[in-house]
Amino acid sequence: MTDIRYLAPGTLDEAIRAFAAGGSAARILAGGTDLLVQMRAGSVKPGLIVDIKKIAEMSAIEETADGGFRIGAAVPGAVLAEHPRFGQVWPGVLEAVNLIGSTQVQGRASAGGNLCNGSPAGDSVPAMVAAGAVVTLQGPNGRRELPVEKVPAGPGRTNLLPGEILVSFALPPRSKGSSDAYLRMIPRTEMDIAVVGVGVSLTLKDGVCTAARVGLGAVAPTVLLVEAAAKALIGSKLDDAALNAAAAACSAACRPIDDKRGTIVYRTKIAGVLLRRTAGIAARRAREN
Amino acid sequence: MNIITNNKWIGQRTIRPDGADKVTGRAAFAADTNMPGMIWGKILRSPHPHARIRSIDTSKAEALPGVKAVVTSRDIVDFPVDKSVMLGIQDMRWMCRNVMARDKALFPGHPVAAVAATTEAIAAKACELIEVDYEVLPWSIEIDDALKPDAPILHEFIKFEGKPSNIAGKLEVKKGDVAEGFKQAEVIIERSFTTRPVHQGYIEPHACLISVAPDNKTTIWSSSQGQFMVRAMVAYLTGIPQSDIRAIPAEIGGGFGGKTIVYLEPLATLLAKKSGRPVKMVMTREEVMRATGPTSGSKSTVKIGARKDGTIVAAQGTFYLQAGALPGSPIRGAVGCSFSPYDIPNVLSVGYDVLSNRSKVAAYRAPGAPIGAYAVECVMDELAEALKIDPLELRLRNAAKQGTKAAFGPVFPRIGYVETLEAAKTHPHYKAPLKKLQGRGVASGFWFNAGGESSAQVNITEDGNVVVTTGHPDIGGSRAAIANICAELLGIDYRRVSVLIGDTATIGFSNLTGGSRVLFASAMVVTQSTDKIITTLRERAAKIWEIDPEAVKWENGAAHPASPNAGKFEPLTLAELAAKAPQMGGPIGAGVQLNTEGAEGGFGTHICDVEVDIELGIARVIRYTAVQDVGRAIHPGYVEGQMQGGVAQGIGWALNEEYIYNRDGKVDNPGFLDYRMPVCSDLPMLDTVMVEVPNPKHPQGVKGVGEVPLVPVMAAVANAIHNALGQRFYSLPMSPPRVLEAIEAKG
Amino acid sequence: MAKLHVSTTINGEPMEFLCEPDATMLDALRGPLALTGSKEGCSSGDCGACSITLDDRLVCSCLMLAVEAEGREIRTIEGMANGEHLHPLQQKFLEVAALQCGICTSGMLVASDALLRKNPKPSEEEVRFWLAGNLCRCTGYDKIVRAVLETASEMREAAQ
Repeated sequence: MTDIRYLAPGTLDEAIRAFAAGGSAARILAGGTDLLVQMRAGSVKPGLIVDIKKIAEMSAIEETADGGFRIGAAVPGAVLAEHPRFGQVWPGVLEAVNLIGSTQVQGRASAGGNLCNGSPAGDSVPAMVAAGAVVTLQGPNGRRELPVEKVPAGPGRTNLLPGEILVSFALPPRSKGSSDAYLRMIPRTEMDIAVVGVGVSLTLKDGVCTAARVGLGAVAPTVLLVEAAAKALIGSKLDDAALNAAAAACSAACRPIDDKRGTIVYRTKIAGVLLRRTAGIAARRAREN
Repeated sequence: MNIITNNKWIGQRTIRPDGADKVTGRAAFAADTNMPGMIWGKILRSPHPHARIRSIDTSKAEALPGVKAVVTSRDIVDFPVDKSVMLGIQDMRWMCRNVMARDKALFPGHPVAAVAATTEAIAAKACELIEVDYEVLPWSIEIDDALKPDAPILHEFIKFEGKPSNIAGKLEVKKGDVAEGFKQAEVIIERSFTTRPVHQGYIEPHACLISVAPDNKTTIWSSSQGQFMVRAMVAYLTGIPQSDIRAIPAEIGGGFGGKTIVYLEPLATLLAKKSGRPVKMVMTREEVMRATGPTSGSKSTVKIGARKDGTIVAAQGTFYLQAGALPGSPIRGAVGCSFSPYDIPNVLSVGYDVLSNRSKVAAYRAPGAPIGAYAVECVMDELAEALKIDPLELRLRNAAKQGTKAAFGPVFPRIGYVETLEAAKTHPHYKAPLKKLQGRGVASGFWFNAGGESSAQVNITEDGNVVVTTGHPDIGGSRAAIANICAELLGIDYRRVSVLIGDTATIGFSNLTGGSRVLFASAMVVTQSTDKIITTLRERAAKIWEIDPEAVKWENGAAHPASPNAGKFEPLTLAELAAKAPQMGGPIGAGVQLNTEGAEGGFGTHICDVEVDIELGIARVIRYTAVQDVGRAIHPGYVEGQMQGGVAQGIGWALNEEYIYNRDGKVDNPGFLDYRMPVCSDLPMLDTVMVEVPNPKHPQGVKGVGEVPLVPVMAAVANAIHNALGQRFYSLPMSPPRVLEAIEAKG
Repeated sequence: MAKLHVSTTINGEPMEFLCEPDATMLDALRGPLALTGSKEGCSSGDCGACSITLDDRLVCSCLMLAVEAEGREIRTIEGMANGEHLHPLQQKFLEVAALQCGICTSGMLVASDALLRKNPKPSEEEVRFWLAGNLCRCTGYDKIVRAVLETASEMREAAQ
């Protein structure tokens, strides 16, 4: 008695045609770990489900010619973890993606779904932002690229144009002495939505931080790129003063809410604590590269 | 008394008789079965915390193709509010209003109507078509709000001190004179505590499948902690006589007290009757969280006074527990159990049952006792600190023993509390070194346990094996323990004993699975039934041998002459006697029905280590040892399991579990994502020490074990966090934002 | 809207069923396929009682549309024993009392089996984090973790 339709196109063009034709009632299905929950709760009632997992580009992990990576939007976290090199180059992005849900959820959940779900607390996003990922979108008007931090528009919303589908994430080549890390605060040890999430990517040369990016999640309507925190780290030896300044910048950037997962006061404090810890881990890893 | 030593099966970790089904997915839980012609039931629930129902129009729902029946409160038997009708501890006045709202919806999720249709989707759609005219009323949820002078009164007919009130009851327990007692105290600690409501958290949602024939013959297949309770409640609420109802207990996926009442069965029965089709109803997780009874949130104040040498002279407790929308919070447990581990000459313990617009509470593992113990055991910890006495030593100096008169009434017989304290004190855990930011806490606890009605049938098969039928749903491995006992008594391999759970048509009345009573009670009736069988077997052997039955003994699965004087005869095995049964008087079997007595309360003492991340406010339990006086561990694996399960629930209650309400008075976290129960990675191994002080009133020395393990846990965790941080917590859960706030307040 | 027809392989056997487009794999297993060993605890992917493997990957069947099973290989609890011979994990769970009510047991076994196939020598911590998506309210997880570690050890020995 339902009037839902399901399609599993084999090419991106077919997917875009069907998705665009489906209008506002159409939804993309990758891992389904958000969509099916929302459908069961009644908060989303799709007229058309477009399953993108048969599209080669969406499910591929590629090392690009310039030494970067291109990850298809539908690649499950568990598959990304099995890639021989990705985790060595981007341990922060990988650990962030692998923190989404349980082992079962990891078997299906994708960075693309995590980003497009638009939750400010999505674990993969702060790490992708810190990594400087660039997403490729394709829609009825063609293909375009967008820095990942420009994708979220607010809780549950993205800046994708009608009919656009997220195709892949491009991660830049890494210079020597670079690494990243992601930490989140959750009350249990697993299975919680992040109360605060921090991603830090940095480059060290002779002990001095020459590049840094900080992504901060679950403390604002969208994930934030905290340029002030990065600025505090760049040029420093990541000493306490620099870390404290960066931590303060993260706390200052917070615009959180009080909700069932955390309070404004708590999140603001924790943002700073996590920045220090995350930067420390990224630095330790960077020194080993 | 019949305590057997040198056991072959009692005390062994045998494989449970229902085990193969459970590990292969074969075991039939309530949602797993279907009947031909089955249709689906769904419930329409109130969106409002408090509203008068002016009218309900079900016509559009009834007209929807596929809808076969609609039920409203008009179809449910009314129990007038001025006449109490008790079924165990439940009052049918509240039950009939709980399963469906009558004139008022009392909490968000309160059922207002029910529909049965050929598919779940149609039933759900039909619910949307039911038009309810609500007059929304002001509401309150928290105890403080419900007790304000201008608080909205839920029930005008509930009176306290002569006026309509949200206080539905008061219970007081008294010993000596506390005012005089406190005068003798050299140190007094008085503290107030709050706890949030928590849910039992069973993984299996409520479910039932019910068929009603045109002549009212009703078959109920449901997930419940008592098929006789199900039969009785359905009979009361539908008017169908009990003798026409066959209630079959499905395998049950957790209950912890939450399935000792019914939610779906009366509605499904009425839908099945009206539609002429079997009706299946399964709750969603959201329905479970919104509309089934969690336990109370609470406010308590506890005051304990002692002399400098550690002798406690007086203790006083006031416990406010939330009842939810209808009366019946477990104040009995809080009031009666909290001081019971101690021999205190002067005690005053008072409980208040407070109504508010949330789902009616249901029993949760030692109902009321964990709430009271949290308060008392934390005050005991502060008292020990103030007196500079080791916390276990303080408890030893004041421990209840045989002969101690408990404040709630009885004089304790031989109990094992002191043994638990001594075992804890000498356990390596208690002396293990702690690192920085780690802390250790201890706490004790008591639970009444229960005896009550039980029936059993034991029958010998024609090929010489045994079928035991008992009357209580098996929620934790009781079938395994029964098999051990029966095998032991008959002296045969336990694999020759099959244990089944009967339904209301195939076994005699048996009271609920709850109160830590299943093994206690069923072991008694199984023992008596088996003893009767052994008597019969001895008589039959005696006849064959032409000697006096007194001269025959039963040993190792066979009849033997009791002494050389009796004569020289080859033993007659169970199989041989079974084969001869038709010629020797007929079937070999016996049934016993009893209201069992002699149940004694249980005690536990726990040691908990935590580690705190002081920047994030996260406390983690890193080591836990639960010591309990278990009477006799008939199957040690399942006794340990009860202890470990209770501890895990307590850790969740202490650290992260709570009902969170939004501004509209609705539960904001009705699912496992945000109702944060412990996951596997949250917990360490949970060590258990079973102290066996056999219950002298039970043939195998059994004491109830299932509920005690939850009682001490929250205080043990709170006392451990105090030890780590120097900070006391008077409020649960001790979740990270609260812990961090306390750390920062301290400076 | 007519139901969709799905052809799939379940526990090594080809199977077909009809379902609504928005039915989950769990709905299909417990409904038309009559494989009720996978349990429904929450339908939101938080409890793991519905765990299955999809092309050898551990997933929640409540988070997968039934139609996605087309052409894929599904394994459920019903496929774990070999005829009358229990899998070592199943046997061990019984021996060490790693279950009480049993509602989580199907999911725990499927998840534990998936772990040992991937990592035959897990540490206690690895077992605990792997099983974090399988809620148990009865056991406190202690005996379950012990069962998995002991079975892993015995299976490694048997393989030598």
